[in-house]
Amino acid sequence: MSIRERLSGNEAIAYAMRQINPDVMGAFPITPSTEIPQIYSRYIADGKVDTEFVAVESEHSALSTCIGAEAAGARAVTATSSAGLAFMWELLHVAASSRLPITLACVCRALTGPININNDHSDAMNARDAGWIQIYAENNQEAYDNYLQAMPIAEHPEVRLPIMICQDGFITSHSVENIELLEDEKVKAFVGEYTPENYLLKHENPLAVGPYGVSAYYMEAKMAQAQAMVNAKQVILDVGRSYAELTGRYYGLFESYCMEDAEEAVVLIGSSAGTARVCVDQLRDAGRKVGMIKVRVYRPFPGEELAEALQNVRAVAVLDKCESYSTHGGPLGTELRSALYDAGLHPLLINYVYGLGGRDFAVTDCAAVFDALDKALETGSAKPIYRHLGQRGGDLRGV
Amino acid sequence: MKQAKDIHESIRWQDMTPGCEIYEGGTSLLTRTGEWRVVTPQWLKDKCKQCLLCTPFCPDSAIPVRDSRRQDFDYDHCKGCGICAKVCPFSAIEFKEEV
Repeated sequence: MSIRERLSGNEAIAYAMRQINPDVMGAFPITPSTEIPQIYSRYIADGKVDTEFVAVESEHSALSTCIGAEAAGARAVTATSSAGLAFMWELLHVAASSRLPITLACVCRALTGPININNDHSDAMNARDAGWIQIYAENNQEAYDNYLQAMPIAEHPEVRLPIMICQDGFITSHSVENIELLEDEKVKAFVGEYTPENYLLKHENPLAVGPYGVSAYYMEAKMAQAQAMVNAKQVILDVGRSYAELTGRYYGLFESYCMEDAEEAVVLIGSSAGTARVCVDQLRDAGRKVGMIKVRVYRPFPGEELAEALQNVRAVAVLDKCESYSTHGGPLGTELRSALYDAGLHPLLINYVYGLGGRDFAVTDCAAVFDALDKALETGSAKPIYRHLGQRGGDLRGV
Repeated sequence: MKQAKDIHESIRWQDMTPGCEIYEGGTSLLTRTGEWRVVTPQWLKDKCKQCLLCTPFCPDSAIPVRDSRRQDFDYDHCKGCGICAKVCPFSAIEFKEEV
């Protein structure tokens, strides 16, 4: 039987880490992820785990620690947010290109500036092209479940990529909710030990990691890295099924909610899905054919699968908790638009940037989005196709 | 396990090692990095007293020693940094522009 508890998202991640007992943690505190190393260091002090806890002077060093440890043959983890993730930028790419399956708990928070500690996805989304697998949680349960699946995915020989387990800062990380936990021995059996084929401390053969790659090799190296990300999709699905057998909780690449006959849909990421689900229920009660898709896996991007899920929808709103300043919308909106194009689908599509810096996304806001889709269907136009949601002063000029 | 000699400029991306890992030591000998050099040291044998001070100063192990005597430069790996010429007490190393 599973364990019924009440935990915050940060507590859930720290609890999962204790159950896994990784070899090394590179740790530097930053709001709202600080509790993860804080709680974990207590587990270490209490002798519950024997992780080497490396308290460093910056996030750059925290990830460098993980890179060194993982290359040496250890299982390494870290946690960060916002500016901390931004400060890891250079090393994010080193970890991915060196094919080191590090696990990073990202507690999503707005990037500065203006300085702000609240939730949006600008930190993780700014790292979307760093070559890391990215999985986003809606709530504490998903944060826990995703974390336990992280290492079997990342360490798979066909993948060998670092992985980011993302949850929404404060909304998920600090809210205490009911949660079902696995017993320690079941977690240990599911996650297993890290057994890389080659590593620096393997005395049988010396190993060089991260060599210089001149032009004659660089493209081949990047191609192999891109293939690993392609391979990750099936591994994520396979690990998800194994996890479902263990727990009864299955997560695919995304969740479709009331999409069977939906004519309008919102597509979003993270904790806002709970709000959107309530909104969909209310509008369904009023007879409107609306649905919701919650993207769980953002890297690799499930473009074909999302397009298929949206094939019968007449109007779509894609909600990005992140600006990209492309002047064409946020990253999720842009990539989904591209996927629909390749699938030959042409629903009316509005890309909203919303919830920045902790701006609330209420059921009424979601209902306003569906109202805008109604209007787009009435008029036959989704313009402006790129909007912000909930700000004072109306739409952008010149879009 | 793939050997360093099997990683060369005509292999396909599928044949690259993950993260470009190299599974053996001393493989820099296989890579001619001396082509980076823009100035070239000349060993003046007549002036050289075989004190061997240049050898440990060379950052690239490009001054081979055999039977306690230095040999001519390993131009496949010398980067032309000039340290050897600087430390030579007998002006037995001169630098010339690479042509």
